[in-house]
Amino acid sequence: MSVGANPGRYEAEVAVIGGGLVGLAVALGLQDQGLTVSIIDEGDIAIRASRGNFGLVWVQGKGDTCPAYARLSRLSARLWGPFAEQLTASTGVDVQLSQIGGLFICLTEQELEQRRLMLDAMRDEHNGDYPYEVLNHEQLKAKVPEIGPTVAGATWGPEDGHVNPLLLLRAMAQRFIANGGRLLTSGPVTRVEPQQGRFRVHCGDQQFEADKVVLAAGLGNRDLAPQLGLSAPVVPNRGQVLIAERVQHFLDYPTGHVRQTGEGTIQCGDSKEDVGLDSGTTTDVVATIARRAITMFPLLKKVRLIRSWGALRVMTPDGYPIYQQSQQYPGAFLVSCHSGVTLAAAHAGPIAEWIATGIADPSLSLEEFHAERFSL
Amino acid sequence: MLNDSAFKRLPSNAAETISFRVEGQVVTARAGESVAAAVLAAGLGPTRTTAVSTSPRAPYCMMGVCFECLMVIDGQANTQGCMIPVVEGMEVGFQHGARAVMEESV
Repeated sequence: MSVGANPGRYEAEVAVIGGGLVGLAVALGLQDQGLTVSIIDEGDIAIRASRGNFGLVWVQGKGDTCPAYARLSRLSARLWGPFAEQLTASTGVDVQLSQIGGLFICLTEQELEQRRLMLDAMRDEHNGDYPYEVLNHEQLKAKVPEIGPTVAGATWGPEDGHVNPLLLLRAMAQRFIANGGRLLTSGPVTRVEPQQGRFRVHCGDQQFEADKVVLAAGLGNRDLAPQLGLSAPVVPNRGQVLIAERVQHFLDYPTGHVRQTGEGTIQCGDSKEDVGLDSGTTTDVVATIARRAITMFPLLKKVRLIRSWGALRVMTPDGYPIYQQSQQYPGAFLVSCHSGVTLAAAHAGPIAEWIATGIADPSLSLEEFHAERFSL
Repeated sequence: MLNDSAFKRLPSNAAETISFRVEGQVVTARAGESVAAAVLAAGLGPTRTTAVSTSPRAPYCMMGVCFECLMVIDGQANTQGCMIPVVEGMEVGFQHGARAVMEESV
């Protein structure tokens, strides 16, 4: 850290604000485009969805009211294999990607029927090109023998999968630094100043000059976006997560509520609460999550919990991402989403390409993701 | 027969002596000790093999944080030995890899 009369000044072609899964993925993609990139991140106490999420690379049901988002999620899932291979090859970190399909388990017939209707409508919307299966109890039991006797069934998405999100975060940071990227944890960024076609990022005593700036600061985008003529009306939505002891492998497929990691750990989750910036846990929600997990997999009754935590999703009013370049200050880009794991491969690929070149692949339909949709 | 141990009990500890079994072997301990402390004092171990790579481990932090001291205590697998007081007649086994949860293997 610089002190005295000359505060720290840094230069890069692109400054990415935020070093979570979103910022790192975009930054890696920009490096692949040959650009020099600095990431300005916060320290360990930052509100950070990247360290609390569930690790799903998920497709089924995403974008049921937004076909462009469904296409983007599927594109990213397809790009995930090569993305993970590249990460492992360059860092030696195995992020434990498995994409052999995933299950959304429904406890009641009514829930299963609603899910079927939603997925049927998506298949029609995508002219038949939307793979899924609806499994009744027997069909589900054939896939997952440990399923509970009262479970109605599940929907099966052959393109779904999961990774270890902490190893992913670490591998991406390692690769970014090995590529020559500068990753600073001295944030938060207090101000982003457009300056005659360039940008100056203020962060305490430090200043960063860059030709382009990418806002990937999660919930922090809300305050930063207006400084660049953009809008990011994102709000926190809390999910509580339970971790149980490591046990012998019994669950091959990720589900929307329970998964078993590569090490044998059981992770349970999928609560949704509007509680502001409180990332704590509550007994009633933990109990609800545990009860549902035991209904799905009765053998979990004997498995003990080790810890629990809360993490804050980054939610827009409709739940879909914002991708937008500032009209007022070209070169300023906004990336806000809550599916930083699923979309990581897309962010490192076509989204980074769009930011590097200013030209988006028309098949991405990025105009669908502008924030103006919220003020119409 | 007790193995040599790097851990010695303080002479000032005059609590009553109890006996319990580790992997079938009778071991003496002092009342109030944790299972992990008593097993270390007896010079026994490694007390578990890891769930992923099956590398050998023994009690380490002794305060409930590191989970290195997982043992099978009175039939309960994956139990933190440092968090359980040893009692007369207790049956302790080493934890081999990940705990089984399937019905047939419990």
